[in-house]
Amino acid sequence: MTADHQRSKQWLLTLPSLAWLGVFFVIPCVLVVITAFRPADLQGGIAEGWTWDNIHMLSDPSYVPVLLRTLWLSVATTLLCLALALPMAFQIARVGPRLRQFLLLLVVIPFLSNFLIRVFAWKSLLHPEGPLTKLLISLRLAPEDAILLNNSGPVLLVLVYTQLPFAILPLYAAAEKFDFGLLDAARDLGAGPWRAFSKVFVPGVRRGLISAAIMVLVCSLGQYVIPQMVGGASDEMLGSKIAQRAFADRNLPLASALAAALMLAALVPMLLAAAWQRFGRKEAAS
Amino acid sequence: MKRSWFPALLTIGVIAFLFAPLVVLVANSFNASRFGGEWEGFTWAWYEKLWAADEVWESLMITLKIAFSASVASMLLGTLAAYALHRFRSWLQDVHSMLITLPLVMPDILMGMSLLALFVLTGVETGLLTIWIAHVTFCLSFVTMVVLGRLQDFDFTLIDAARDLGATRVQAVKKVLLPLLLPGVLAGGLLAFTLSVDDYVITFFVSGPGTTTLPLRVASMMKTSRSLPVINALSTLLIASTFVLAALSFRLQRRA
Repeated sequence: MTADHQRSKQWLLTLPSLAWLGVFFVIPCVLVVITAFRPADLQGGIAEGWTWDNIHMLSDPSYVPVLLRTLWLSVATTLLCLALALPMAFQIARVGPRLRQFLLLLVVIPFLSNFLIRVFAWKSLLHPEGPLTKLLISLRLAPEDAILLNNSGPVLLVLVYTQLPFAILPLYAAAEKFDFGLLDAARDLGAGPWRAFSKVFVPGVRRGLISAAIMVLVCSLGQYVIPQMVGGASDEMLGSKIAQRAFADRNLPLASALAAALMLAALVPMLLAAAWQRFGRKEAAS
Repeated sequence: MKRSWFPALLTIGVIAFLFAPLVVLVANSFNASRFGGEWEGFTWAWYEKLWAADEVWESLMITLKIAFSASVASMLLGTLAAYALHRFRSWLQDVHSMLITLPLVMPDILMGMSLLALFVLTGVETGLLTIWIAHVTFCLSFVTMVVLGRLQDFDFTLIDAARDLGATRVQAVKKVLLPLLLPGVLAGGLLAFTLSVDDYVITFFVSGPGTTTLPLRVASMMKTSRSLPVINALSTLLIASTFVLAALSFRLQRRA
């Protein structure tokens, strides 16, 4: 077969998905960035000309706390998920193959049910008339008038709940390849269990650790259903503001500016991880 | 050497944490109490109310229509994409592979917002078509990944063998490659179907009048506390059907 033939065959096979993603993924992302620099008109459309106003709005007192809250909630979610997922991945990778399959299935099953339903399940669990509130009051762990909903506590809790499988699965994939003999060696050489875990196991699965952290961080940054359903008015995240600007007051340019900020916040950790991986590979090769 | 009991205990705790809210929700769908704080006796009442809620079943039909057409389209596009990614090594495939993986890590709200921007700026009215486009876009990457996994296990010498035995190129693809690839393609399609049925955030951004899919309907029901136990009943049915689909998909992927 000639090289020309091969090339045209390659293009023919690649073009459908490439064109689809070009039109419905790349162009829309570029449009969001462009729209962030356009003024809004009063009819909910986009006016002529260019402006920095939407970008300046991001430093407005009504947005800065939201940006900061989004960042801290996402970082806290990431750290909590990793802290729970690391020992879990360690445990799942150490048991026999049958139990391992079963445990993985148990992790994935709740994850497969509808996202809205999982958040709703927490909302009714934490409801003032709901089972958890009643239980805590009857155990005298909470005051009679305890309100578990509508503050940043449940937002963080449900964020961790929904993102946890994203941390467990990549960490497990890394732990599965880890040579557990190294841990025994560390223990033989006098390291305690915690020291062996933190100095040998954790560095051993760092690739999985990075991809788990990125997945959880990026997914948390874009949340808006969770703060809307279990949080109060002062727990809004960046995503809530994007939805409000896009629908409640039809200000597409401002919504785009917020979305562009989110895009940037999501891209930075991804690029850092990519750079780290490339750098790490070169270092290992030399 | 003595192993620490801590990771095992934590694993059990986390799995209980993952299941607890769903178990309570399912139990409460049979609970006569409105808020489910206490057990007030077994009832089918919420399921009966759900059965009578016509708007829910209308939404289900819209959802199924979109999910079916979106998974068929993403199966076709995704299978071609996976084949190209597997078969060729070039700068084009590097770009291709990046474009396929990026939507997997992109927050839903960004995909919804950017598609909304596209449709507003090009003057396309939001509705069934725009939801379908959005669903094909996010399903495409998942289908590609599933089929690619299948292709990596595929023994391409089988194609050579078929050719040696006198099959034409088309025959080899049709009689050898496709049947062996089919379970992977179907598993990808099932995953796409599940994702499409489940999606709320992206659909919310690109939906129009008269296109209230099931998740959109559920979300609006959740805002009024009047129908809370009915949502429990609906959620229980949805959870059950997701499990059936998931089990089917695992089956297909494992059969090799």
